[in-house]
Amino acid sequence: MSQIPMDPVVRLRGAVALTGRFPALSGVDLTVSRGEVVSVVGANGAGKTTLLRVLAGLVPPRSGEVLVLGVDLCQEPAAVRRRVGLLGHAPSLYDELTAKENVRFALRAAGVAAGEVAGALERVGIIGRLATTPVGGLSAGQRRRVALAALVARAPELWLLDEPHAALDPGARELLAGLIAGAAAGGAAVVFSSHEPEAAAALSDRQAVMGGGRITELRSGSRRAKLSSLGEGDSHVA
Amino acid sequence: MWRDALLVAGKDIRIELRSRVTLWQVVPVAVLSLVLYAFALGPVRHTLASAAPGLFWLAVLFSTVLATQRSFAIEAGEGTRDGLRASGIDPAGVFLGKAAAIAAELAVLQVVLWASMTVLFGVHVHAVWLALVASLLATIGLACAGTLYGALSAGLRVRETLLPLLVLPILAPVLLAASRAWAGALAGPVADGVSWLRVLGPFALTYLVVGIVLYGPLLEAG
Repeated sequence: MSQIPMDPVVRLRGAVALTGRFPALSGVDLTVSRGEVVSVVGANGAGKTTLLRVLAGLVPPRSGEVLVLGVDLCQEPAAVRRRVGLLGHAPSLYDELTAKENVRFALRAAGVAAGEVAGALERVGIIGRLATTPVGGLSAGQRRRVALAALVARAPELWLLDEPHAALDPGARELLAGLIAGAAAGGAAVVFSSHEPEAAAALSDRQAVMGGGRITELRSGSRRAKLSSLGEGDSHVA
Repeated sequence: MWRDALLVAGKDIRIELRSRVTLWQVVPVAVLSLVLYAFALGPVRHTLASAAPGLFWLAVLFSTVLATQRSFAIEAGEGTRDGLRASGIDPAGVFLGKAAAIAAELAVLQVVLWASMTVLFGVHVHAVWLALVASLLATIGLACAGTLYGALSAGLRVRETLLPLLVLPILAPVLLAASRAWAGALAGPVADGVSWLRVLGPFALTYLVVGIVLYGPLLEAG
């Protein structure tokens, strides 16, 4: 495996963000490098989703230093959107469009040539009739897979996944683990939130525990150890 | 911007072709309103003919509200509005695309209403070019203003009731000018009708420009 550069994709210093008038993030420090997978866990209302939305450029930070891919989001919150891929808690799909049409639209909206649609859908197991059925007729898990396919086809530099395990069966969870590992191996940084600390730790290099809008603990994940035991690990994680 | 506009317009029109909300709900409501106006005015052809331009544009005006509500209902699905923002798509392109899709739906609606009016009210257009130019300008104005105010109300819980309150007074100049222009096209004098194009043109241009400039901040604020 080739060595991946260490420059930080995400660099937060004292990041503060509001939802309405209330602080959802109240001084978050976090650095994520290329090729690194960071999981974010915590109770409901801890600030996980807001953190991901800030990194996606959807919620402008109120203060602090927020650099994503070298762009200062305090100054230009929308400037990184085409380089970042967000899988929100709800898959952003149009019910009347087919899986293929939804992925093609997502790619073109992000300014990416829509050549890899069928391949991306195949990678997430949406094949045959499923790919040409309006997504309103698909199950929650299948819709989640379609949203994942759009992310896979876009191949963003920063993957942001908000509770990506929700609505996924065990097979799809394995698939998700493979996609996260593949993205990291390709040099992308991955940040995902989860309500399952142990399962999330197994997929991540580091795990941030959030509470009250802050990161209260930053601990090691077990992905690196797993890769090392398989003889695939390279030390590209800070 | 133009590439994004084509993308969004194509998406909205494709969704409309699949769901057929305009075809099965908006168009029938508009035609039905013409029939009801005809009942209310009575069977006197002369009365119907003189009222026809105003009734036509009143029906188009109310249909604009319905088409705009439908256009923003498409983006009210789970996470779709966020998805659109997160994709990095040009907001001005989204505005133009959504306005173009609404304009296309209104154009189809006007053809059906025109045909219905000819049958119900017995009116015929003498200056077709004037009617077409007035329709084009009015449609651009209605679609652009509707899209702008649709975005303004889209993030609110009371959007269904708020949108008509916001947009109907704003569209009143289009109702007046398009009706007068069509009156000139139907019964003459044509010169009187042409003078109302001077209201429709600037209205359309103003909302086109304001929409391109303001849609981004509105999308972010929603």
